Amino acid sequence: MNPNIVEIDHLSFGYKGRLLHKGINMVFPRGKVVAIMGGSGSGKTTLLRLIGGQIKPSAGEVRVDGEVVHQQDRDGIYRLRRKMGMLFQHGALFTDLSVFDNVAFPMRELTDLPESMIRDLVLMKLNAVGLRGAYNFTPTELSGGMARRVALARAVALDPNIIMYDEPFAGLDPISMGVICDLIRSLNDALGATSIIVSHDVKETFLIADYVYFVANGEVAAEGTPHDLIQSSLPFVHQFVHGEKDGPVPFHYPAANYQSELLNQAPVK
Amino acid sequence: MSDNPIKIMIKSKLLSSITQTLRGIGKRMTERIWRLGTGTRLFFLTIFYSGESFKRFHLTLREIYFTGVMSLLIIVVSAFFVGMVLALQGYNTLQKYGSSEAIGVLVALSLVRELGPVVTALLFAGRAGTAITAEIGLMKTTEQLSAMEMMAVNPIARVVAPRFWAGVISMPILATLFSMVGILGGYIVAVPLIGVDDGAFWSQMQANVDFRADIINGVIKSLVFGVACTMIALFEGFDAPPTAEGVSRATTRTVVISSLAVLALDFVLTSFMLVI
Ligand SMILES: Nc1ncnc2c1ncn2[C@@H]1O[C@H](COP(=O)(O)OP(=O)(O)O)[C@@H](O)[C@H]1O
Ligand SMILES: [Mg+2]
Repeated sequence: MNPNIVEIDHLSFGYKGRLLHKGINMVFPRGKVVAIMGGSGSGKTTLLRLIGGQIKPSAGEVRVDGEVVHQQDRDGIYRLRRKMGMLFQHGALFTDLSVFDNVAFPMRELTDLPESMIRDLVLMKLNAVGLRGAYNFTPTELSGGMARRVALARAVALDPNIIMYDEPFAGLDPISMGVICDLIRSLNDALGATSIIVSHDVKETFLIADYVYFVANGEVAAEGTPHDLIQSSLPFVHQFVHGEKDGPVPFHYPAANYQSELLNQAPVK
Repeated sequence: MSDNPIKIMIKSKLLSSITQTLRGIGKRMTERIWRLGTGTRLFFLTIFYSGESFKRFHLTLREIYFTGVMSLLIIVVSAFFVGMVLALQGYNTLQKYGSSEAIGVLVALSLVRELGPVVTALLFAGRAGTAITAEIGLMKTTEQLSAMEMMAVNPIARVVAPRFWAGVISMPILATLFSMVGILGGYIVAVPLIGVDDGAFWSQMQANVDFRADIINGVIKSLVFGVACTMIALFEGFDAPPTAEGVSRATTRTVVISSLAVLALDFVLTSFMLVI
């Protein structure tokens, strides 16, 4: 069996001609928690959408369980997606359904399980994220951290082989952050799944990831275990890990010369 | 005809402004046609993925509750007033010709053939149509549709199709209700208030309203309006840019386009029905 459940091979992708990814290579070994880190807008979410087959690469390929994602027809992609669970950045809970029905949704849609079994499974999943008591809440009644935990319960409802997390720590209070951190690790190990975390929160990500890829300017700028990366002397990694405002990633977006722009009387276009 | 330089200059300016206008019109037209194409595609996909909506009818039933039942109050109240106004205006004219007993026929025919289907569709677009567009647009903005796709659940089968059939089923029921309540409103004004003969009111109506030519045609109209209004609302929501502004614009467009579509379709359908 291929030791890597997901492989990204010389992948290029761009919106409207501007290349966002320029030949990215990554592997995600079974059973591991692998993080993809990079600044906002570096194309991390897009990478997850490429793995899920929602968009097609302009060159290269993504293989899930040995199958090339963009070569599948609709049924093939749906079949691959059943092996995946995804936690969206803002949870993306269905606002017209209760917490219980949200977690039950994938079970009701994709399996023929009897309702009594679905009930038990949903309560188990909710219990795993500590929210069994909130089963009859609506998504609007949940705090940000709770919503994300419910979304997590929904993402793992069908025991996926691959769990993808888009910014799981963004906008959470420190306690919820710790809770999510523990959950990602424990769910990964309990399900024997592979987790892909997309994040820019260095501290939490380094705490749980087995391996980390840094993307910058459309390429993998650095990779390694968190232990190696902390000690890395690569300027980009150093800047990112220590949160320095200027470095290889400049503080200023490319612009015309400041002085001449101020002296120039023409209106800014 | 001497071609002096000034004339040539004016001509070329005129020419360039004309081409610019034409280009603008052309661009808008292409955009409209493009949207019409995407909308039609969504329509056929919806039909194609409709199996689920009938196999699991409770999904559709739930949407019937939201679209149909929530429009109920506004439709009943409007129908009542429309019926009363029809009776007042109708009596005013009919009594000049000494045929005020025909008031029942007039109210019933106006409602069943025209006002019932048309006004119901207009109210439906404003009440249920906007709600559908806003809901779908919001589901898109908050990545709920994307999440569904990632779960290997087709949003057209699960979200669009049940709402479509709910709209198509609700509309004729609401229009029929509109006509019934309208007739009741007309009756209350004509008989107890104005004093038209009770028996004449109903018997004339019974004798002159034809089941096939009037009632069935009215139902056909409202079915077509149901397809149009619901599909427009769904498409606008599905197609809305995933931002707050995008959704609010889409909601406005739903009302404008649905209303125009209903009035235009009404003309087409009426002319066909009168010919056949
Ligand atoms: N549907 C889209 N159409 C055009 N550009 C997009 C689209 N989605 C994202 N982008 C652009 O792609 C870039 C990367 O987006 P994203 O993958 O969300 O970055 P990240 O998740 O790393 O913050 C951004 O600059 C964004 O503006
Ligand atoms: Mg992102």
